[in-house]
Amino acid sequence: MTATTTAAPTAAPTARAEKPPSDRLRAWATRAPLLPALIFMIAVTQLPFVATLVISFFDWNALYPDARRFTGLANYTEVLTDADLRHSVWTTILLTAAVVLASLVLGLGLALLLDRRFRGRGLVRTLLIAPFLVVPVAAALLWKHVLYNPEYGLLNGLLHYVGGPQPDWISNTPLLAVEAALVWQWTPFMMLILLAGLQSRDQQQIEAAKVDGANDWQIFRHLTLPHLRRYLELGALLGSIYIVQNFDAVFTITSGGLGTANLPYTVYQSFYQAHENGLASAAGVLVVIGSIVIATFALRVVSSLFREEASRS
Amino acid sequence: MSENTAAVVRPRRTRQTGLGLGLLAWLAGILFFLPIAWMALTSFHSEEDAATNPPSFGAALTLDGYREFFGTGGGASPWPSLVNSTVASLTSTLLVLLLALPAAYALSIRPVRKWTDVLFFFLSTKMLPVVAGLLPIYLFAKNTGLLDNIWLLVVLYTSMNLPIAVWMMHSFLSEVPVAIIEAAQIDGARLPTILTRVVAPIALPGIAATSLICFIFSWNELLFARVLTGVVAETAPVFLTGFITSQGLFLAKVCAASLVISLPVLTAGFAAQDKLVQGLSLGAVK
Repeated sequence: MTATTTAAPTAAPTARAEKPPSDRLRAWATRAPLLPALIFMIAVTQLPFVATLVISFFDWNALYPDARRFTGLANYTEVLTDADLRHSVWTTILLTAAVVLASLVLGLGLALLLDRRFRGRGLVRTLLIAPFLVVPVAAALLWKHVLYNPEYGLLNGLLHYVGGPQPDWISNTPLLAVEAALVWQWTPFMMLILLAGLQSRDQQQIEAAKVDGANDWQIFRHLTLPHLRRYLELGALLGSIYIVQNFDAVFTITSGGLGTANLPYTVYQSFYQAHENGLASAAGVLVVIGSIVIATFALRVVSSLFREEASRS
Repeated sequence: MSENTAAVVRPRRTRQTGLGLGLLAWLAGILFFLPIAWMALTSFHSEEDAATNPPSFGAALTLDGYREFFGTGGGASPWPSLVNSTVASLTSTLLVLLLALPAAYALSIRPVRKWTDVLFFFLSTKMLPVVAGLLPIYLFAKNTGLLDNIWLLVVLYTSMNLPIAVWMMHSFLSEVPVAIIEAAQIDGARLPTILTRVVAPIALPGIAATSLICFIFSWNELLFARVLTGVVAETAPVFLTGFITSQGLFLAKVCAASLVISLPVLTAGFAAQDKLVQGLSLGAVK
């Protein structure tokens, strides 16, 4: 015990080495408030995942429970070789990358616009945040019925005024239709993160650069963008984590049809409708592996921001 | 970035580009808000006026869409689902607070050893997708008779929001200066007094923002609710999925429904506006 005390330099330098039993008691007293939350999280999130992992090695259709048997990696080979399932892996990647990139670029533009002082800035900020605060299913319904509808949707209504064509948006470009709705909802998220980044810039440094004759573009390119890199990374990674799991938009706008089924939708469908428990679990495990890859990067970014914060205070 | 010449003739040009960029910001704001404004306007139109091409902006206003939505027209009443959503969101938020506050205390004010590791464990659970545990949870619920039970959703929503809450609370509680707590201790104040008189006043705005964000996430959730509830425990987003394949004239009703169900989120979101980024970035951005 005495050897480890050096690892805690923040500990109060009281006479604690004298009484080891009460010391241990105090350590438990410190830990006690943490335990309910910790145990709850392990029970509700970790255990089900372990169960998913186990089920993924079984050939198990809920309609034929007696035929359940261990098949090793067969479910994984099936998920990775089945054309539909492989397509949904590809759709997930495409959907996530497109939405994250587009909303990041738009969010950056909006954040730069909002970083300047102008009349009604607060109100414009509120207007821009609003799309993020519409219930996701409601937002998807809004795009599906009110904007995209080929006969009376607002998009074709506005095209009507300029004599443009009247496309059937969802049938013609299903994936793009889902992506546009998601970009509309996620751009405000990116904007908020990047705006926070912009406002944490070193103003003195910028003033100094201006005095030295740097123009707006040079300041943006050499001061703002490097400073924003962390925030761009954070936005991209958090956005990926949320959008890779997206179910609401795909379920509502296309019901997974027209080649828009992503992995979460496929997992939902393969056990909820097709009752293929083993296959669904294998697909679920694949989503987790994908998320872990993203999450490893995300954790690194968050912890570097976190350390920066800690060293400042 | 088109105004490269702006740098050359500074005084007048910068004022003009400044005005132009302000206008551009306004234009972007209006463009992003347009779908919501149109949804609100349509919800007050009659079904006939809602489904026209070109759109009828100036049509007469009516409350028919809302009457239709609230079930006076004979359709399914949304009230049970609204009550379910309210119960699930409020109870799970309360539960989150009860679990997260002590945990955050043990991670910031009186930290355990290796508290950063614990903090990152909580974060890592947030990165485990919902679908990862959905099937076992479904099978568990089916075998224990918890299917279509709102309390199962309460437990799941609590687990969904707990990591966010722990991170946010940690960052808010860290703002309480240790010196104040030590001073109170020297003055002979005991733990309950310190918590209610010293810690709470400083951390309260943060706790409020955390609750609002947890409420929003629970209210919005669809996948768990869709799979685990049926007739009895149906939540508001599940009620909305009933509009996915509707036929005939129903635009005003859809708009009214979407607006009413989004209203709590819009209210909570605007109330927590300043702390929204901090919550969504799990406390990484202030």
